[in-house]
Amino acid sequence: MAIEAVNVSVTINGEKRSAEVEPRTLLVHYIRDHLNLTGTHIGCDTSQCGACSIMVNGKAVKSCTMLAVQADGMEITTVEGLGTVDNLNPMQTGFWEEHGLQCGYCTPGVMVAMMALLEDNPNPTDEEIRMGLEGVICRCTGYQFIVNAVKHAAKLMAEGKSLVGEGLSQ
Amino acid sequence: MIPTQFDYVRADSVKQAIELLQDSNGEAKIIAGGHSLLPIMKFRITEPGKLVDISRIAELKGVKIEDDRVIVGAMTTHYEVANDPIVKQNIPVLAEAASQIGDIQIRNRGTIGGNIAHGDPVADLPAPALALDAELIIEGEDGMEAMSVDGFTLGPLITLLPENSIVTAVSFEIPPSHAKSTYLKFFHHATGYPVVGVAAVTGVNEDGVIDYARVGITGVGEVSYRARAVEEALVGQKVSEEVIQAASELATTDGEMGSDLFASEQYRENLSKVYTARALKSVLL
Amino acid sequence: MTKNIGARIKRKEDPKLLTGNGYFADDIQLPGMLYAAILRSPHAHAIIKSINIEKALEAPGVVKIYTGKDLEGKIGRIPSSWLVPDSNLKEAPQYPLAIDRARYVGDGIALVIGEGRYAVRDVLDLIEVEYEPLPVSVKQKDAMAENAPLVHDDIENNIAFHWKAGEVEDKDIDEAEVVLRASFNVQRVAPSPIETRSAIGEYNPGSGELKLWCSSQNPHIHRMVLSEVLNISESKLQVVVADMGGGFGGKIGVYPDEALVGYAARDLKRPVKWIEERNEHFSASNHGRDEVIDVELAGTKDGKLTALRVVNTANMGAYLSTMGPGVSTIDFGLMITGAYDIPKASCETFGVYTNTTPTDAYRGAGKPESTYQIERAISLFAKKIGMDPIEIRRKNFAKKEAFPYTNAQGLVYDSGDYEKPLNKALEMIDYKKLREEQEAKRKEGRLVGIGISTYVELCGFGPSAVAGAIGFQGGVWENSTVRVHPSGKVNVYTGTSPHGQGHGTTFSQIVSDKLGVPMEDIDFVFNDTRAISMGWGTYGSRSVAVGGGAVSIAADRLVDKAKKIAAHELEVSVEDIDLADGIFQVKGVPGQQRTFKEIAKSANFAWNLPEDIEPSLETQAFFDPSNFVYPFGTHIVVVEVDKDTGEIDLQRYLAVDDVGRVINPLTSEGQVHGGIAQGVGQALWEGIRYSETGQLQSGSFMDYAMPKARFFPRIETAFTETLSPVNPLGAKGIGETGTTASIPAVMNAVVDALEPYGVTDMEMPLTPEKVWQVIQKGRETN
Repeated sequence: MAIEAVNVSVTINGEKRSAEVEPRTLLVHYIRDHLNLTGTHIGCDTSQCGACSIMVNGKAVKSCTMLAVQADGMEITTVEGLGTVDNLNPMQTGFWEEHGLQCGYCTPGVMVAMMALLEDNPNPTDEEIRMGLEGVICRCTGYQFIVNAVKHAAKLMAEGKSLVGEGLSQ
Repeated sequence: MIPTQFDYVRADSVKQAIELLQDSNGEAKIIAGGHSLLPIMKFRITEPGKLVDISRIAELKGVKIEDDRVIVGAMTTHYEVANDPIVKQNIPVLAEAASQIGDIQIRNRGTIGGNIAHGDPVADLPAPALALDAELIIEGEDGMEAMSVDGFTLGPLITLLPENSIVTAVSFEIPPSHAKSTYLKFFHHATGYPVVGVAAVTGVNEDGVIDYARVGITGVGEVSYRARAVEEALVGQKVSEEVIQAASELATTDGEMGSDLFASEQYRENLSKVYTARALKSVLL
Repeated sequence: MTKNIGARIKRKEDPKLLTGNGYFADDIQLPGMLYAAILRSPHAHAIIKSINIEKALEAPGVVKIYTGKDLEGKIGRIPSSWLVPDSNLKEAPQYPLAIDRARYVGDGIALVIGEGRYAVRDVLDLIEVEYEPLPVSVKQKDAMAENAPLVHDDIENNIAFHWKAGEVEDKDIDEAEVVLRASFNVQRVAPSPIETRSAIGEYNPGSGELKLWCSSQNPHIHRMVLSEVLNISESKLQVVVADMGGGFGGKIGVYPDEALVGYAARDLKRPVKWIEERNEHFSASNHGRDEVIDVELAGTKDGKLTALRVVNTANMGAYLSTMGPGVSTIDFGLMITGAYDIPKASCETFGVYTNTTPTDAYRGAGKPESTYQIERAISLFAKKIGMDPIEIRRKNFAKKEAFPYTNAQGLVYDSGDYEKPLNKALEMIDYKKLREEQEAKRKEGRLVGIGISTYVELCGFGPSAVAGAIGFQGGVWENSTVRVHPSGKVNVYTGTSPHGQGHGTTFSQIVSDKLGVPMEDIDFVFNDTRAISMGWGTYGSRSVAVGGGAVSIAADRLVDKAKKIAAHELEVSVEDIDLADGIFQVKGVPGQQRTFKEIAKSANFAWNLPEDIEPSLETQAFFDPSNFVYPFGTHIVVVEVDKDTGEIDLQRYLAVDDVGRVINPLTSEGQVHGGIAQGVGQALWEGIRYSETGQLQSGSFMDYAMPKARFFPRIETAFTETLSPVNPLGAKGIGETGTTASIPAVMNAVVDALEPYGVTDMEMPLTPEKVWQVIQKGRETN
């Protein structure tokens, strides 16, 4: 069976990128294997764990349950687009300050999902954050410090620190 | 997990999508949000030779009111449904149910068409759809037709959807203005799917008598169903806890309970009754 | 000087992980790299009659397909590393691919190597295997029965080992005033780190060196074992662990898959990558627990416990895993009496082969099971004699004055004061009021339960002589090197193997306090057998107690050396030198000083060193502690059960732990939270299920319910601090306490809630349906 490769072009973290892929290529593999952005991870294959969460056209989605071709022409944000080590965004700062991660494997996806939560609900309660975390699984933290991290991020965003990262220096 | 190989075509219009289906000799499947299809393709339970992507067809998106019914384009995402002002005002139970599907990421991608028309036994939206007398608007080789959601699904992933046709929209009845509604769901611990999901839409007249009742139940068996026995036991009765209790006992009359590792038939029967009672109490009391 | 030790310091590791710069196994791309996929048995037990790879070899991208027969004699068997002595242990050989018989669903059948991950996955579907299914043994007690199907033909009654410790005579039980008999099933669970396992091999045919990236909690054990399996010198085998997404015991084991990847990379002379899929993880990665524990607890009517006799029947799966045999014996069986001074105790353990995935250590490894049986039994005993569960615990605690305390089976607990966390917990939760509220709610017909667990566990494995005596095939000491560069910046090397715990931060706190250099000037090196001479890895909550001990001693030695150099330069005796905040100061003479940086340079340049001092500023320490460590504490849980649905609402969770010296409260609390989530997960949601034919029924996160955020209330935590005398920091382990304590605490709470229905025990996980069923039954009998 000769299957024709397709060209998939996206704007990812502000940069235009493209690659020829098999039509069946999952978006997460396109991002990781073809665009070499490896911050987005795969945890479960069945769309429970959310480690593969990214933004497509501003909406958080699970990139293991989307085809790369379906994202053709769209804007994508991955963890690499959130903030740099010298300029962490408030979500990253929140996770750092509040110890919202241990092994860090699920973290990129969790942060992306929580940015979507804060976009809709900038001042969530513990309960709302826990419900918002439905689409992610973290095996390390027991979630409590993730909840703290999101609250902290919400506070930083409310204080207008949306673009100011903290950086590495203490 | 990786699906088997397939060809991919993006359709620009419903008409083109139908032609593509016709040309494929049954090899092709429609993909929209992909949240019903891709998981089973990754498990290699289904191996279509071609996917016809309808997710960019603009006419399939959006919400409008037409002839006293709310029409929701099949490609409208759960997130959009949950936040749509027309839906929230006229058929809030649909928004309520949509906001409880899966999780944020899934709601951003999954669509109303897929959720209702795929015949998935653990989909949420069939419950409110049944309670809102929903119809599927289907476009096929012979033009457009409307099919009631009630009876559309025959078994797991088996529906009455004619060959080479596409669900383009779902149309919902707007309940009378005095009606109240809710969707209550018992979450499966692992998947977040409804082990039972009950949508109740009821109205009580000025004399305290129930004059309108629609109850849709999903998740408990292979096919979601409208709990007509419950509805009949309610209508014409004065609201009371006893009436609700007695009606809820009939929650399983119209449906068949399933059984799996998480919940037996007997337990699902219990959940159907308990959740029906809780849903009815919240709208009637 | 303790500026950093004890401080709540955010982690050095995080900026990298937060920005997508983590470097995990699947992120590694090597030139010419091939992919591997493993065909696994769909049968629990079957003869492999034939394997036809003809069609598969024609598929695009295939490079090579190996079967078990192809590899016979080329790769050695994968051994267990814990050969428990005096247990008549029979180790069945496990080859990297099954040769003529598949013994569990997930057993490797063929290895496919090809160009790209999609291609190798497709090939799996094209390999034709003819199986002849055989009868199966799935549950351990059934498997021991006469005429049960044998997993290995030459191992009678499927008994892998039979071990006993301690002595209890029949009369100790039969003649007691009160005897509580119970059988507990601590069910099988899956460790489920969010990053699955992986292996990447890279071979240099010129030098004969093989570099193997492995998902491993103990790279040096992997190197030691795999060098034998692959018949390659340890000096030519480099095992490296990339950033790793959790382990929880599931990545202790040396697995067939890693050997296969190493072999293929060497055979094909090209890099090979294998990444486990999640459903593969459920069948091919070691499971945890699966122990059926029969308990007889004897005592007096007024609650003094006198004897405990336990029989543990442990399901080992089809093969003995790396640590498997030690879990249900040494780890479980030597402290079955828990925190209680019970004069007589014995444990008998049967390890049983079955047609299931092998079991190995999972967070707590034997201690959660052991704690479960004693904490459940003592609560049931209290109920039986009408005593408050707190009172019976107080009455039987090993007393503070008795430490170091020797238990009935001869194990010596390092330090303890069990009343301390108990009192703190009761005060924090206002226990009296809680019971009053429970009473009031019960009167309204509501099902509220309070559960308690006053646990103690053994961890921080050492000394090595003991490891030898208990059959562990290795040492349990730790190793650290502190290396100061001419610039004064520091690299520290340790043999512990972090994968989320944050050693880079906690160990830096230790070194920073010792050397007086800032935290940011210290960088740790782990997880590479080339960089670190030796070490025994991270498991059994040993990293701070043993690894931290090595770091601490190495840093002390470095300070000693640096002081000698400073004294020499300042022309005073070494006793006259003080080190504070990175300054070597002549006591009482302001201005007479050298900075740490200056000494770093002097030491490395070696222009002017004392005669007996060698160049460079680098010291190493090998630390073998004199005993294990025994953290303890009290956990209290409040639940409410929904009568109509059986759903359990976890309303409060309080943990007061005593883990000795707390190096970093922030990361320690993180460990407690995570441990609790896994223990609660076992009690309420998680469970691996097999059908009667050995089919795995929970093979993905769609069937296997992982703990989620909305299932939990805010966990309340506190620490008390009773130092350990067996390591320089006074620290005990913290990685497993939450899991160990929480399982019985939750179960005790649920059983307490269901007391109005006469419920005394239930099987985990406590799914809503199970709870609803016992309520129905209770309603009928009431």
